[in-house]
Amino acid sequence: MAEQTIAPPSELESQFPDAVHLDERKGHEGFQVSTEKLVEVATILRDNMGYDYLSSVTGVDYIEEDLMEVVYHFYKSTGGSALVLNVQVPRKNAVVPSLYHVFPGVDFQEREAWDLLGIKFEGHPDLRRILMWEGFDGHPLRKDWKEPFYDEDHKPFSNRWPNGEVFRSEDNNPFGKNVQYPKDLTKPEKWNPEAEDLLYAGLLDFQAEGKDLKTDYVIVNLGPQHPSTHGVFRMAVVLDGETIVSLKPVMGYLHRNHEKIGERNTYLHNMPFTDRLDYICSMTNNFGYALAVEKLLGKKALVPERAEYIRVIMSEMTRINNHVWAIGFLLNDLGAFFTPALYAMEERELILDIFEATAGSRMMCNYFRFGGVARDIPEDAFQKLKDLVYERLPRKVDELDIYLTENEIVGERCEGVGILSPEDAIAFSETGPVLRASGVPYDIRRADPYGIYDRFDFDVAVRYHGDCYDRYIIRMDEIRQSLRILQQAVRDIPDGPVLTKNPYNVRVPAGESYVRIEAPKGELGYYIVSDGTANPYRYHIRSPSFINLTALEKMCEGHKVADIVAILGSIDITLGDVDR
Amino acid sequence: MYGKGILKGMWVTLKHFVGTFVDDIKWLGRRYNNIKGIQYRSGKDVKGIFTIQYPEEKLPTPEEFRYIPFLVYDTKEDGTREERCTSCGICSKVCPPQCIWIEQTTDPKTGRPVPEPVEFYIDIDICMSCGYCAEYCPFDAIKMDHDYEMASYDRHASHIFNKGLLGKPVEYYAEIRPFNYEREEARRREKEAKKAAAVKAREERTAKTD
Repeated sequence: MAEQTIAPPSELESQFPDAVHLDERKGHEGFQVSTEKLVEVATILRDNMGYDYLSSVTGVDYIEEDLMEVVYHFYKSTGGSALVLNVQVPRKNAVVPSLYHVFPGVDFQEREAWDLLGIKFEGHPDLRRILMWEGFDGHPLRKDWKEPFYDEDHKPFSNRWPNGEVFRSEDNNPFGKNVQYPKDLTKPEKWNPEAEDLLYAGLLDFQAEGKDLKTDYVIVNLGPQHPSTHGVFRMAVVLDGETIVSLKPVMGYLHRNHEKIGERNTYLHNMPFTDRLDYICSMTNNFGYALAVEKLLGKKALVPERAEYIRVIMSEMTRINNHVWAIGFLLNDLGAFFTPALYAMEERELILDIFEATAGSRMMCNYFRFGGVARDIPEDAFQKLKDLVYERLPRKVDELDIYLTENEIVGERCEGVGILSPEDAIAFSETGPVLRASGVPYDIRRADPYGIYDRFDFDVAVRYHGDCYDRYIIRMDEIRQSLRILQQAVRDIPDGPVLTKNPYNVRVPAGESYVRIEAPKGELGYYIVSDGTANPYRYHIRSPSFINLTALEKMCEGHKVADIVAILGSIDITLGDVDR
Repeated sequence: MYGKGILKGMWVTLKHFVGTFVDDIKWLGRRYNNIKGIQYRSGKDVKGIFTIQYPEEKLPTPEEFRYIPFLVYDTKEDGTREERCTSCGICSKVCPPQCIWIEQTTDPKTGRPVPEPVEFYIDIDICMSCGYCAEYCPFDAIKMDHDYEMASYDRHASHIFNKGLLGKPVEYYAEIRPFNYEREEARRREKEAKKAAAVKAREERTAKTD
């Protein structure tokens, strides 16, 4: 696309005078689009305006206005800030045209919005539930949906204080009674979910073509319990002999409706819950959430200088931590059983020691606050950090490099496997190392800087083959770049306070905010709608692991069944983040 | 040459393997079961294996380590407990999984609340050890513990801790978190000094006017 044809987004209104209006609600940004023109507007955004990257699709239930809203966040793959579109439809008949054919990356996100909010996407080829189970009654994120047992709509619950009416939640929510079934389902144990048939039916569209011998395709389920998935994740695969014809991921086994919990919580309550999303990188999860709330708080939560540096230090340590882990477990998946993984874990342990001394916990850090971080790094931990950053980690990364990079078996298993072209990577909304390994040098720390990342000197790692090997090697590159950032941050960090104010009852002004950060696994976005009360009205997470899986089918097609394991390992997912 | 990369990798593993024994020889077997050896094994220079042989040896917990809250009490001269908690309820409000129940004491005569809890419960099955209660307590009355070995045979009856089980003396707190304790004591002394100075000034003023 030529540069001169790119029109500014403000022209949208003049191009579609009837269908596009500036969103004039207080604290909201972007344009409101009518449903009829949505696909057309999205196509023009992609083709003529350079907004070729659809990052996030979020459904919001405005029950008082009797509206369902779908919010789209578009970005340019060359960098810059977001263009926000939203469409509003009546709650009773919530039908929105699907953008699947313009941006295939919306596949899972639209299915998620259907599953959790009951918004139908017309034209989506495979609109099934994705996170909830097939027989689930209703759409849990709708504001009028209630679970079988809960205390109250919002925390803090009134029976906790001052009367202290203690009970065990299991007594009020006994096993067997904590599930709701659809009313017409009388014998749940005899029920065969039709969605399972739908899943297989979707796969069996493929017809085997044998010239001489009549052959059939075989459906194989990998998972939910499979060592390669590092958790509970299932892939239904259609095989022609050993070659993959098609693949559908099935997820949600670890789903706990983090967003519903989050909307019941207060803003502060949510911080430790974000730790449990991608439990390998709790620091970056904290970072994104803190930024999203700080954006709404504005001047009420200014972050002190020292805290800004500590935030960068912690997120880069997390990145190294995540990448050594990813590399170690990729090798595990390839069959190098546990020696590389344990070497990686040694470095991880040393990083976690610093987290433990600073935040109080190795994995569930809960370290960031609105307007800073919880406490300063203790002196001995800071010394350990210096030793790691200047001495041990550079040495160990080189060692890992010698150990693995030239290994012929790694090469044979990874080179040319699971190739994703840059065009596909953008279309499928891939992020993070997966996107950059496909030759798109897109790093949010550079493309749309947050925190104080614009002060550091580092390169955006990029590789051009888009295969598993590049997705492995780019993580090595990123560790080295993270070390560069860390060395500068440790050198320049000023003295001073790390937190200005820390009230327990945060009041957040009304409005919406979407903040994304470059988490180790990709783009982590938080979408928050505040109505001015103590609890977020809508709290949505655009999780990198979940959306990076959209391209799994594309990457796997035509490869052997054993390659799925390598490809999945190279995408690097955490099931806590996929299922939320 | 095909296989060169593998051989190089094998060389790395061999170095790790040998490193373990070289370390053992250097430390003459004293690498285990003592704090210096443990610190060396979790430091930057360690080569080879650095496993901690739990439960024979345990990693020292850093001061900020947090696991399940406890209630701090001062011991009165007659040996009875004096809880610092005033049952203000902030901890139960900031608790993300809402696992703290507090029953406030009311004066039987006036019916007004008295600043001490009748009962204080924490369901330790639900507690996520986030540390908010300790962070936001204005009276330094609830703190996070270091004791992580809490496995028990029966979760139904014994996992809701009451005031008696949760209470730990202030000396214990000073032992596990010396820096925090010192900082809080210094702040308290400063406050008391200020208060005393204010009282003194007032007395002097009243003495003058008399």
